[in-house]
Amino acid sequence: MQYAILIYDKPGSYEALAPEEFERVMAEYGPITEDPAVRGGAQLQPVHTATTVRVSNGETLTTDGPFEATKEVFGGYYVIDVENLDQALEFAARIPSARMGGSVEVRPIVERGTVESRSEG
Amino acid sequence: MLASLVGFLGDLDLAEEATADAFATAAERWPRDGTPPNPGGWLTTTAKRRAIDLIRRRRTLAAKTQQLEVAEASEDDMDEIENPSSVIADERLELMFMCCHPSLATEAQVALTLRALGGLSTEEIARAFLVSEETMKRRLSRAKAKITATRIPFAVPPDHLLPDRLAAVLAVIYLIYNEGYRGRLDLAAEAIRLARMLSALMPDEPEVHGLLALMLIQHARRAARFEDGELVLLADQDRSRWDAEQIAGGRRLLDRAIALRGRGPYVVQAAIASAQIEPDPDWDELAGLYARLVELTGSDVVKLNYAVAIAEAGAPQRALEIVDALNLPGYSYLHSTRGELLARLGRLEEARAAFSAALEHVASASERRFLERRIGEL
Repeated sequence: MQYAILIYDKPGSYEALAPEEFERVMAEYGPITEDPAVRGGAQLQPVHTATTVRVSNGETLTTDGPFEATKEVFGGYYVIDVENLDQALEFAARIPSARMGGSVEVRPIVERGTVESRSEG
Repeated sequence: MLASLVGFLGDLDLAEEATADAFATAAERWPRDGTPPNPGGWLTTTAKRRAIDLIRRRRTLAAKTQQLEVAEASEDDMDEIENPSSVIADERLELMFMCCHPSLATEAQVALTLRALGGLSTEEIARAFLVSEETMKRRLSRAKAKITATRIPFAVPPDHLLPDRLAAVLAVIYLIYNEGYRGRLDLAAEAIRLARMLSALMPDEPEVHGLLALMLIQHARRAARFEDGELVLLADQDRSRWDAEQIAGGRRLLDRAIALRGRGPYVVQAAIASAQIEPDPDWDELAGLYARLVELTGSDVVKLNYAVAIAEAGAPQRALEIVDALNLPGYSYLHSTRGELLARLGRLEEARAAFSAALEHVASASERRFLERRIGEL
């Protein structure tokens, strides 16, 4: 089963680290990225490089920056293939951002075109 | 026979396969060993046993969520299987961990657990939580869909995850109990039944025995807790209305939990529940137990109870200092405790003010009458 591991960073949490601490944290991503469960992923450039596009009444509206100011910024993601949710959660817990004021969201990836319905009750 | 199996399993394919296997086994054995006295019952039992076997082998996700349906079968169905506990014990434990997975909303965990393991109907659960049957049905099907979509494992968690996940299971059971404690339906009895099951399945986990002991000791006093709709304080309760046997049962479990070196929050709470119902409670011991619970939970509400124990142990001034350091402005029990402590210290004017503050935050009419009576007595 494939899961997306979505990494949200607390803004400035990496910049706040002392150089050697920063090195140590970045080194942790090595074995995570090389984990045999990983199928793909990417680290994104900082949020100030973002451009947001909206289409309204056929007109394209392009603005600078992310679509809204948030307490957390999307920093990157992994796609992993593991047996079940618990294994995915364990993988997520190893990501440094999770303990640096950010959070890591785990979502199953749609397989065979079946989308989980969103009925509310 | 097939129909009864489909009802039991909620899965036609599986029922057909299991039935066919049962007939095949009969064709092989009956000529050799003789026809059993109740051939129909033999076939049904064999087919069910075979079906459970098939489920176990088909450890695919489909088979795993299927377990939910299996557990929904009534106790009578289960009794038809010889020696049911040995057949399905493992599955019930796995089912419990699946239903109480932290990726499900707490209310969904509670509903799933009651439905799958408590043997309550959807309608009964809806009534217990004051929502419509339709809402509860949706809540349950959404939870089941999330289990499937995210592949929540149908398994007892590995050792390194077990403490956290067991705590989640116990929290759900205690939540169910506390819903019942407030007087709705028979949820308290249901929670006790679930904890009994869990304590049989996990005999080496002291916190499981601790939770069961805690609930039994509390539940044993249910008949004495209210009189003519009025809340009766522990010290004023009619002890002849306590269920002595249930209390003794709870204390045996507590002893077992302590023998297993249990020092966790439920074991400590059970020890407190046991110590405070003694005719002459040992308040030094209770203060020590509350101190341990403060250490474990860091909760201000627990600190308030710690202060009460300190006061009863003979140090109301120190207790007042602890209470004054707490930050629970909207909590009526904080103000009423301050009132009692101030009254004991002879500061009657301040005591009256504290009881009045408590009145502002009180939730139930019986508590209100109790506080008004207290102010009158000063």
